[in-house]
Amino acid sequence: VAFMAGGSPCASCKLLRRRCTKDCIFAPFFPADDPHKFAIVHKVFGASNVSKMLLELPVQQRGDAVSSLVYEANARVRDPVYGCVGAISFLQNQVSQLQMQLAVAQAEILCIQMQQRDGCRSQDDAGRSDGHSLAAMQQMVGQQDHLKRESLWT
Amino acid sequence: MSTAPASNDVEPEVLEEEEEEGGGGNPRRCAACKYLRRRCGHGCVLAPYFPASRPRRYANVHRVFGASNVARLLQSLPVEERAQAAETMAMEAQWRVGDPVYGCAGVINRLQEEILATQCELARTRAQLAIVVAHGAQQAPPSAAPPPAHSPLPAGGHRVAGMQRQGEQQDVPPDGPFIDPEEFLDLDGF
Repeated sequence: VAFMAGGSPCASCKLLRRRCTKDCIFAPFFPADDPHKFAIVHKVFGASNVSKMLLELPVQQRGDAVSSLVYEANARVRDPVYGCVGAISFLQNQVSQLQMQLAVAQAEILCIQMQQRDGCRSQDDAGRSDGHSLAAMQQMVGQQDHLKRESLWT
Repeated sequence: MSTAPASNDVEPEVLEEEEEEGGGGNPRRCAACKYLRRRCGHGCVLAPYFPASRPRRYANVHRVFGASNVARLLQSLPVEERAQAAETMAMEAQWRVGDPVYGCAGVINRLQEEILATQCELARTRAQLAIVVAHGAQQAPPSAAPPPAHSPLPAGGHRVAGMQRQGEQQDVPPDGPFIDPEEFLDLDGF
Protein backbone atom coordinates (compact mmCIF):
# COMPACT_ATOMS: atom_id res chain seq x y z
CA VAL A 1 0.00 0.00 0.00
CA ALA A 2 1.48 3.31 -1.08
CA PHE A 3 -0.11 5.40 1.66
CA MET A 4 2.24 4.79 4.54
CA ALA A 5 1.40 5.04 8.20
CA GLY A 6 3.52 8.14 8.55
CA GLY A 7 1.28 10.04 6.12
CA SER A 8 3.66 9.98 3.17
CA PRO A 9 1.76 10.83 0.00
CA CYS A 10 1.64 8.54 -3.01
CA ALA A 11 3.41 9.50 -6.23
CA SER A 12 0.20 10.97 -7.67
CA CYS A 13 -0.52 13.23 -4.74
CA LYS A 14 3.11 14.28 -4.58
CA LEU A 15 3.03 15.34 -8.20
CA LEU A 16 -0.37 16.96 -7.89
CA ARG A 17 0.65 18.56 -4.60
CA ARG A 18 -2.36 17.56 -2.67
CA ARG A 19 -3.12 15.70 0.50
CA CYS A 20 -3.08 11.96 0.06
CA THR A 21 -6.09 10.57 1.89
CA LYS A 22 -6.70 6.96 2.80
CA ASP A 23 -9.29 6.79 0.03
CA CYS A 24 -6.92 8.05 -2.64
CA ILE A 25 -7.75 6.17 -5.81
CA PHE A 26 -4.19 6.33 -7.07
CA ALA A 27 -2.35 5.29 -3.92
CA PRO A 28 -2.60 1.48 -4.40
CA PHE A 29 -1.10 1.70 -7.87
CA PHE A 30 1.36 4.58 -7.82
CA PRO A 31 3.77 4.17 -4.91
CA ALA A 32 5.98 7.08 -3.89
CA ASP A 33 9.14 5.20 -4.82
CA ASP A 34 8.22 5.20 -8.52
CA PRO A 35 7.33 8.78 -9.43
CA HIS A 36 7.99 8.25 -13.13
CA LYS A 37 5.09 5.81 -13.45
CA PHE A 38 2.44 8.34 -12.52
CA ALA A 39 4.24 11.21 -14.23
CA ILE A 40 4.05 9.53 -17.61
CA VAL A 41 0.41 8.51 -17.21
CA HIS A 42 -0.50 12.03 -16.13
CA LYS A 43 1.38 13.50 -19.06
CA VAL A 44 -0.48 11.44 -21.65
CA PHE A 45 -3.93 10.93 -20.15
CA GLY A 46 -4.24 13.43 -17.33
CA ALA A 47 -4.91 12.64 -13.70
CA SER A 48 -8.64 13.38 -13.83
CA ASN A 49 -9.18 11.08 -16.85
CA VAL A 50 -7.24 8.28 -15.16
CA SER A 51 -9.24 8.78 -11.99
CA LYS A 52 -12.55 8.61 -13.90
CA MET A 53 -11.43 5.49 -15.76
CA LEU A 54 -10.42 3.72 -12.56
CA LEU A 55 -13.61 4.69 -10.75
CA GLU A 56 -15.67 3.10 -13.52
CA LEU A 57 -13.94 -0.25 -13.03
CA PRO A 58 -14.36 -2.93 -10.37
CA VAL A 59 -11.56 -2.79 -7.80
CA GLN A 60 -10.06 -6.10 -8.89
CA GLN A 61 -9.56 -4.85 -12.47
CA ARG A 62 -7.94 -1.54 -11.63
CA GLY A 63 -4.43 -2.96 -11.31
CA ASP A 64 -4.52 -4.34 -14.85
CA ALA A 65 -6.01 -1.11 -16.15
CA VAL A 66 -3.18 0.90 -14.59
CA SER A 67 -0.59 -1.45 -16.10
CA SER A 68 -2.07 -1.10 -19.56
CA LEU A 69 -2.34 2.68 -19.21
CA VAL A 70 1.32 2.89 -18.18
CA TYR A 71 2.25 0.71 -21.16
CA GLU A 72 0.23 2.86 -23.53
CA ALA A 73 1.59 6.09 -22.09
CA ASN A 74 5.18 4.88 -22.44
CA ALA A 75 4.52 3.92 -26.06
CA ARG A 76 3.02 7.33 -26.80
CA VAL A 77 5.95 9.19 -25.21
CA ARG A 78 8.47 7.04 -27.13
CA ASP A 79 6.58 7.54 -30.39
CA PRO A 80 4.33 10.63 -30.24
CA VAL A 81 2.95 10.04 -33.74
CA TYR A 82 2.07 6.34 -33.67
CA GLY A 83 2.06 5.31 -30.01
CA CYS A 84 0.92 1.70 -29.59
CA VAL A 85 -0.55 1.66 -33.10
CA GLY A 86 2.94 1.29 -34.55
CA ALA A 87 3.47 -1.97 -32.68
CA ILE A 88 -0.01 -3.19 -33.62
CA SER A 89 0.64 -2.50 -37.29
CA PHE A 90 3.92 -4.40 -37.12
CA LEU A 91 2.31 -7.39 -35.41
CA GLN A 92 -0.57 -7.51 -37.88
CA ASN A 93 1.95 -7.65 -40.74
CA GLN A 94 3.69 -10.53 -38.99
CA VAL A 95 0.41 -12.40 -38.67
CA SER A 96 -0.33 -11.92 -42.38
CA GLN A 97 3.11 -13.15 -43.41
CA LEU A 98 2.90 -16.22 -41.21
CA GLN A 99 -0.57 -17.05 -42.49
CA MET A 100 0.72 -16.79 -46.06
CA GLN A 101 3.66 -19.09 -45.30
CA LEU A 102 1.25 -21.55 -43.70
CA ALA A 103 -1.01 -21.52 -46.75
CA VAL A 104 1.96 -22.15 -49.04
CA ALA A 105 3.18 -25.08 -46.94
CA GLN A 106 -0.32 -26.59 -46.86
CA ALA A 107 -0.64 -26.21 -50.63
CA GLU A 108 2.73 -27.87 -51.09
CA ILE A 109 1.57 -30.89 -49.09
CA LEU A 110 -1.58 -31.20 -51.19
CA CYS A 111 0.44 -30.89 -54.38
CA ILE A 112 2.86 -33.64 -53.38
CA GLN A 113 0.09 -35.91 -52.16
CA MET A 114 -1.69 -35.55 -55.48
CA GLN A 115 1.54 -36.27 -57.29
CA GLN A 116 2.06 -39.41 -55.23
CA ARG A 117 -1.49 -40.59 -55.88
CA ASP A 118 -0.99 -40.14 -59.59
CA GLY A 119 2.39 -41.83 -59.41
CA CYS A 120 0.79 -44.91 -57.81
CA ARG A 121 -1.96 -45.05 -60.42
CA SER A 122 0.44 -45.02 -63.35
CA GLN A 123 3.21 -47.02 -61.70
CA ASP A 124 2.77 -50.04 -63.95
CA ASP A 125 3.39 -47.95 -67.02
CA ALA A 126 6.16 -46.18 -65.09
CA GLY A 127 4.63 -42.84 -65.93
CA ARG A 128 7.01 -40.41 -64.43
CA SER A 129 5.77 -37.55 -62.34
CA ASP A 130 8.21 -34.77 -62.03
CA GLY A 131 8.58 -31.26 -60.87
CA HIS A 132 7.24 -29.55 -57.82
CA SER A 133 5.05 -26.95 -59.40
CA LEU A 134 1.29 -27.22 -59.33
CA ALA A 135 1.13 -26.29 -63.02
CA ALA A 136 3.39 -29.15 -63.97
CA MET A 137 1.38 -31.54 -61.87
CA GLN A 138 -1.90 -30.41 -63.40
CA GLN A 139 -0.40 -30.79 -66.86
CA MET A 140 0.66 -34.30 -66.00
CA VAL A 141 -2.76 -35.22 -64.64
CA GLY A 142 -4.39 -33.91 -67.78
CA GLN A 143 -2.12 -35.88 -70.03
CA GLN A 144 -2.05 -39.15 -68.12
CA ASP A 145 -3.44 -41.18 -71.03
CA HIS A 146 -0.83 -39.72 -73.30
CA LEU A 147 1.87 -40.78 -70.85
CA LYS A 148 0.62 -44.32 -70.89
CA ARG A 149 0.94 -44.46 -74.63
CA GLU A 150 4.39 -42.94 -74.72
CA SER A 151 5.94 -44.64 -71.74
CA LEU A 152 9.67 -44.48 -71.35
CA TRP A 153 9.86 -47.75 -69.54
CA THR A 154 8.26 -50.27 -71.87
CA MET B 1 -6.46 -1.99 -38.88
CA SER B 2 -8.74 -4.96 -38.60
CA THR B 3 -9.60 -4.59 -34.94
CA ALA B 4 -12.35 -2.07 -34.26
CA PRO B 5 -14.17 -2.49 -30.97
CA ALA B 6 -17.59 -0.96 -30.67
CA SER B 7 -17.73 2.50 -29.23
CA ASN B 8 -21.04 3.26 -27.62
CA ASP B 9 -20.22 5.90 -25.07
CA VAL B 10 -20.86 9.18 -26.88
CA GLU B 11 -21.86 11.93 -24.53
CA PRO B 12 -25.58 12.55 -25.19
CA GLU B 13 -25.16 16.31 -25.15
CA VAL B 14 -22.92 16.12 -28.20
CA LEU B 15 -25.65 14.60 -30.36
CA GLU B 16 -28.33 16.82 -28.85
CA GLU B 17 -26.26 19.88 -29.52
CA GLU B 18 -26.03 19.00 -33.16
CA GLU B 19 -29.78 18.64 -33.46
CA GLU B 20 -30.47 21.92 -31.65
CA GLU B 21 -28.05 23.87 -33.77
CA GLY B 22 -30.43 25.65 -36.06
CA GLY B 23 -29.40 29.17 -36.86
CA GLY B 24 -27.76 30.14 -33.56
CA GLY B 25 -24.52 28.12 -33.56
CA ASN B 26 -21.57 28.29 -35.92
CA PRO B 27 -22.10 25.47 -38.43
CA ARG B 28 -18.37 25.37 -39.08
CA ARG B 29 -17.31 24.40 -35.55
CA CYS B 30 -15.09 21.37 -35.36
CA ALA B 31 -16.12 18.33 -33.33
CA ALA B 32 -13.85 19.36 -30.47
CA CYS B 33 -15.28 22.88 -30.14
CA LYS B 34 -18.80 21.56 -30.47
CA TYR B 35 -18.11 19.09 -27.70
CA LEU B 36 -16.53 21.78 -25.54
CA ARG B 37 -19.25 24.29 -26.45
CA ARG B 38 -16.83 26.97 -27.43
CA ARG B 39 -16.16 29.15 -30.38
CA CYS B 40 -14.07 27.53 -33.06
CA GLY B 41 -11.63 30.13 -34.26
CA HIS B 42 -9.43 30.05 -37.32
CA GLY B 43 -6.46 29.06 -35.19
CA CYS B 44 -8.14 26.03 -33.61
CA VAL B 45 -5.44 23.34 -33.35
CA LEU B 46 -7.90 20.48 -33.33
CA ALA B 47 -10.19 21.59 -36.16
CA PRO B 48 -8.20 20.08 -39.08
CA TYR B 49 -8.17 16.64 -37.42
CA PHE B 50 -11.53 16.37 -35.73
CA PRO B 51 -14.22 17.32 -38.22
CA ALA B 52 -17.78 17.96 -37.07
CA SER B 53 -18.94 15.02 -39.17
CA ARG B 54 -17.34 12.58 -36.70
CA PRO B 55 -18.45 13.62 -33.22
CA ARG B 56 -18.01 10.19 -31.65
CA ARG B 57 -14.39 10.06 -32.70
CA TYR B 58 -13.59 13.23 -30.80
CA ALA B 59 -15.76 12.23 -27.85
CA ASN B 60 -13.63 9.09 -27.41
CA VAL B 61 -10.39 11.03 -27.66
CA HIS B 62 -11.64 13.60 -25.18
CA ARG B 63 -12.72 10.92 -22.76
CA VAL B 64 -9.38 9.07 -22.83
CA PHE B 65 -6.79 11.77 -23.40
CA GLY B 66 -8.54 15.04 -22.58
CA ALA B 67 -8.72 18.14 -24.77
CA SER B 68 -5.65 19.89 -23.43
CA ASN B 69 -3.45 16.80 -23.69
CA VAL B 70 -4.51 16.22 -27.28
CA ALA B 71 -3.90 19.83 -28.23
CA ARG B 72 -0.55 19.90 -26.45
CA LEU B 73 0.62 16.71 -28.11
CA LEU B 74 -0.42 17.85 -31.58
CA GLN B 75 1.20 21.22 -31.12
CA SER B 76 4.46 19.56 -30.13
CA LEU B 77 4.62 17.81 -33.51
CA PRO B 78 5.52 19.10 -36.97
CA VAL B 79 2.39 20.02 -38.92
CA GLU B 80 2.88 17.19 -41.42
CA GLU B 81 2.73 14.58 -38.66
CA ARG B 82 -0.29 15.88 -36.79
CA ALA B 83 -2.93 14.16 -38.90
CA GLN B 84 -1.34 10.76 -38.34
CA ALA B 85 -0.95 11.42 -34.63
CA ALA B 86 -4.60 12.45 -34.33
CA GLU B 87 -5.65 9.33 -36.17
CA THR B 88 -3.63 6.97 -33.96
CA MET B 89 -4.90 8.71 -30.84
CA ALA B 90 -8.45 8.25 -32.10
CA MET B 91 -7.75 4.55 -32.66
CA GLU B 92 -6.24 4.08 -29.21
CA ALA B 93 -9.16 5.93 -27.65
CA GLN B 94 -11.62 3.70 -29.47
CA TRP B 95 -9.86 0.59 -28.25
CA ARG B 96 -9.79 1.93 -24.69
CA VAL B 97 -13.49 2.76 -24.76
CA GLY B 98 -14.22 -0.73 -26.10
CA ASP B 99 -11.98 -2.41 -23.52
CA PRO B 100 -11.61 -0.15 -20.47
CA VAL B 101 -9.22 -2.53 -18.68
CA TYR B 102 -6.68 -3.37 -21.37
CA GLY B 103 -7.27 -0.96 -24.28
CA CYS B 104 -4.78 -1.39 -27.11
CA ALA B 105 -2.53 -3.47 -24.84
CA GLY B 106 -5.22 -6.13 -25.14
CA VAL B 107 -5.03 -5.94 -28.93
CA ILE B 108 -1.25 -6.37 -28.78
CA ASN B 109 -1.61 -9.33 -26.45
CA ARG B 110 -4.11 -11.06 -28.74
CA LEU B 111 -1.90 -10.49 -31.79
CA GLN B 112 1.13 -11.94 -29.99
CA GLU B 113 -0.88 -15.02 -29.08
CA GLU B 114 -2.03 -15.37 -32.66
CA ILE B 115 1.57 -15.13 -33.87
CA LEU B 116 2.67 -17.89 -31.50
CA ALA B 117 -0.20 -20.14 -32.51
CA THR B 118 0.46 -19.60 -36.23
CA GLN B 119 4.18 -20.23 -35.77
CA CYS B 120 3.38 -23.54 -34.07
CA GLU B 121 1.02 -24.55 -36.83
CA LEU B 122 3.57 -23.57 -39.46
CA ALA B 123 6.26 -25.67 -37.79
CA ARG B 124 3.84 -28.59 -37.60
CA THR B 125 2.88 -28.22 -41.26
CA ARG B 126 6.47 -28.02 -42.40
CA ALA B 127 7.31 -31.16 -40.44
CA GLN B 128 4.37 -32.88 -42.10
CA LEU B 129 5.63 -31.67 -45.46
CA ALA B 130 9.04 -33.19 -44.80
CA ILE B 131 7.41 -36.51 -43.95
CA VAL B 132 5.27 -36.44 -47.09
CA VAL B 133 8.30 -35.69 -49.23
CA ALA B 134 10.35 -38.45 -47.63
CA HIS B 135 7.46 -40.86 -48.01
CA GLY B 136 7.17 -39.95 -51.66
CA ALA B 137 10.85 -40.58 -52.23
CA GLN B 138 10.58 -44.03 -50.68
CA GLN B 139 7.51 -44.89 -52.75
CA ALA B 140 9.25 -44.08 -56.07
CA PRO B 141 9.71 -47.12 -58.39
CA PRO B 142 13.14 -48.83 -57.95
CA SER B 143 14.12 -48.37 -61.60
CA ALA B 144 13.44 -44.62 -61.55
CA ALA B 145 16.39 -42.28 -61.59
CA PRO B 146 16.34 -39.24 -59.30
CA PRO B 147 14.47 -36.42 -61.01
CA PRO B 148 16.29 -33.16 -61.76
CA ALA B 149 15.30 -30.26 -59.47
CA HIS B 150 12.47 -27.93 -60.66
CA SER B 151 12.15 -29.22 -64.17
CA PRO B 152 8.49 -29.21 -65.27
CA LEU B 153 7.21 -31.56 -67.93
CA PRO B 154 7.42 -30.28 -71.50
CA ALA B 155 4.25 -30.03 -73.56
CA GLY B 156 4.61 -33.48 -75.05
CA GLY B 157 4.11 -35.14 -71.71
CA HIS B 158 7.47 -36.87 -71.58
CA ARG B 159 11.00 -35.83 -70.78
CA VAL B 160 13.99 -35.97 -73.00
CA ALA B 161 16.15 -36.44 -69.90
CA GLY B 162 14.22 -39.59 -69.04
CA MET B 163 15.13 -41.14 -72.40
CA GLN B 164 18.74 -40.37 -71.75
CA ARG B 165 18.56 -42.12 -68.43
CA GLN B 166 17.20 -45.34 -69.86
CA GLY B 167 20.65 -46.71 -70.18
CA GLU B 168 21.49 -45.85 -66.58
CA GLN B 169 18.89 -47.93 -64.76
CA GLN B 170 21.41 -50.38 -63.39
CA ASP B 171 23.17 -47.54 -61.53
CA VAL B 172 20.10 -46.74 -59.41
CA PRO B 173 20.10 -48.46 -55.99
CA PRO B 174 17.50 -51.26 -55.70
CA ASP B 175 15.63 -49.64 -52.78
CA GLY B 176 14.82 -46.54 -54.80
CA PRO B 177 16.40 -43.11 -55.00
CA PHE B 178 16.13 -40.66 -52.11
CA ILE B 179 15.19 -37.03 -52.57
CA ASP B 180 18.08 -34.83 -53.50
CA PRO B 181 19.27 -32.96 -50.35
CA GLU B 182 19.42 -29.64 -52.19
CA GLU B 183 15.84 -30.16 -53.36
CA PHE B 184 14.69 -31.08 -49.87
CA LEU B 185 16.27 -27.99 -48.31
CA ASP B 186 14.80 -25.79 -51.02
CA LEU B 187 11.25 -26.79 -50.11
CA ASP B 188 11.36 -24.18 -47.33
CA GLY B 189 12.29 -21.30 -49.51
CA PHE B 190 9.49 -18.93 -50.51
